[in-house]
Amino acid sequence: MTKEISLEHVWVEFGEFTAVQKANLNIAGGEFFSFLGPSGCGKTTLLRCISGFQEPTRGVVKIGGKDMKGVGPNKRPTALIFQNLALFPLRTVADNISFPLEVRGVDKKTRRKRADELLELIALPGQGDKKVSELSGGQKQRVAIARALAVEPDILLLDEPLSALDLKLRQHMRTELRSIQKQVGLTFIYITHDQGEALTMSDRIAVMNKGKIEQIGDGKSIYDHPTTSFVASFVGENNVLDATVLTNDGKMMEIDAGLGTPFKVESHPAGGPALIPGDACQLFIRPEALKITKDENSINQFDSQFVSEEFEGNMRHIVLDAQGKKIKLSLINDGANAIGPNAPVKLGFAPELGIALKPGELASA
Amino acid sequence: MRDLFYDLVRRNGMAVAIYLMLAVSLWVFVLIILPQLTMLDYSFRLNLPPGKIGGPEDIYTIDQYRYFFQGSGSSGGLNTLDISILFKTLLSAVFVTVFDLIICYPVAFILAKSSTGAKARLLVLALIVPYWINEILRAFAFRILFGSTGVINEVGMGLGLFESPVDFIREDVALYAGLAYAYILLMIFPLYNAIESLDRNQIEAAQDMGASWWQVHSKVVIPYAKPGIASGMTMVFMLTSGALAAPQILGGPSNLWFTQLVYQWFNSGGNWPRGSAYAMILLVVCIALVLLTMRIFKVSIGEIKR
Repeated sequence: MTKEISLEHVWVEFGEFTAVQKANLNIAGGEFFSFLGPSGCGKTTLLRCISGFQEPTRGVVKIGGKDMKGVGPNKRPTALIFQNLALFPLRTVADNISFPLEVRGVDKKTRRKRADELLELIALPGQGDKKVSELSGGQKQRVAIARALAVEPDILLLDEPLSALDLKLRQHMRTELRSIQKQVGLTFIYITHDQGEALTMSDRIAVMNKGKIEQIGDGKSIYDHPTTSFVASFVGENNVLDATVLTNDGKMMEIDAGLGTPFKVESHPAGGPALIPGDACQLFIRPEALKITKDENSINQFDSQFVSEEFEGNMRHIVLDAQGKKIKLSLINDGANAIGPNAPVKLGFAPELGIALKPGELASA
Repeated sequence: MRDLFYDLVRRNGMAVAIYLMLAVSLWVFVLIILPQLTMLDYSFRLNLPPGKIGGPEDIYTIDQYRYFFQGSGSSGGLNTLDISILFKTLLSAVFVTVFDLIICYPVAFILAKSSTGAKARLLVLALIVPYWINEILRAFAFRILFGSTGVINEVGMGLGLFESPVDFIREDVALYAGLAYAYILLMIFPLYNAIESLDRNQIEAAQDMGASWWQVHSKVVIPYAKPGIASGMTMVFMLTSGALAAPQILGGPSNLWFTQLVYQWFNSGGNWPRGSAYAMILLVVCIALVLLTMRIFKVSIGEIKR
């Protein structure tokens, strides 16, 4: 039932503009796969290549091992859920859901039965005769999913389907989407610019920037072991320090970030070009990886001064200044008192939590 | 009415509100209601010489309407000539309307969905430019095109399609072409407006769910554009059935359009009451036909103005 998808050297060009360059990846059947990236990074274009609305300029899209070249969107085993859902306003809920059956010539009674089944699945039983406009945002969302599932496609493609919902509902729908996916066991391909959505729902994520896939991996490896500066700065918060490599023995390296004693960090194992002594690099330290330390002799420590604090309930986000560089620090709110203005703070981090990468483009905030 | 006025005052201020109310009332009363009332009044009178108007013989009568149905014969037979002209006019107008719809739907769809920005504006301009030329001149241009030595006959004979010139005028081809062309914009623009506001994603969603090209149109685009289709068809039908210039110039010698009858009564016949009665009959029959069609296709008047 589930089919794997492979993209082989897919390029999409619109005149001079390259929307997707050399996309290469395999998505296993039954996987929840996300494309994450800022708007305009080419993720929607890639989705349109899979759904058949866009032919790649070069390269091959295969679904279940079959080359999809020349196969129209209405002939592919994919169902697309649009960003604005694209429900038909003149049709009832049930008629929306059974539209895919209607165009396949299924008779009215069977259609209605299937629509009722699906309404059951999306927890909207007995609402089939309502107008689409009578539903709430979250309900419309679920109707769009039901409509896409009506003919049991092999692959469900979702183009930022939650972006129109408010925060609470969005979080609720994340769980719901994931559970529907588990229940029906389909391949889900999910497009989003929201890293929270990508991280919570996906088996694997492809982070994209300017038409290029920067990194593919599960949420944890993307967050903990980014391989490019863009991924490190786009996914989650990160402190960036410009630094120079002093030594690198393949396991550990010493780098000078201009904050006193050189730092020791792990040589990044997850790929990317190796850094050699003398190379410029960017050091990334997550705000939650930094700790306030009292110990004069611990490694990777530097001095800073308190600038401001933002209180978020469970977390305290503190901004510090280290020799003119802005440093963000996140602490769990354990009831400790606020740090006084201009107070000196000594910070430290573990060698495995500092990540040195070749300098590259950073995600704009 | 009062609420409407206060609403206008609140939104635009007193001066603008008064101007709008006066202008609209003037428009409706002087330009629409008054002439029609006069026509209605005329249609129920006898055709009297000026001296007798207002005299004892000037009474209300349904004579003029009776003439349409029974003719001048006192035998009670039907006025088949005029009645058949009315039906032929209506039938032809329906044909022209449907023909325009078939031509305009693809044009409007392409204009609305396939072209964007400057290109779309250029296309719209290209559609409008021919209408800067006077209607009568356009009709004459068609007469020349379709004439026995016109371009179409010359080309057709040159290609060997037909041996001797075809009399397009006598065959009414020129008339139908001219009428279809005369009001084609009134079909394109309502269609264009309706289709233009359709979310592109709806079309793609339908395709994605397996709808064929035909199903996308029959199940998504056409139901959505129904008010636009109704509005375009109403306008083209009303104007075609009431057209005078094109039938006068392009019509075959043996074929009369109903408006030509009306014109004859007013003009050469010198019988204004009868002309008015005929005009009223045409108006009422046309409105009835439009309303009936709208009911059949379940379109309400409220939808049309969208």
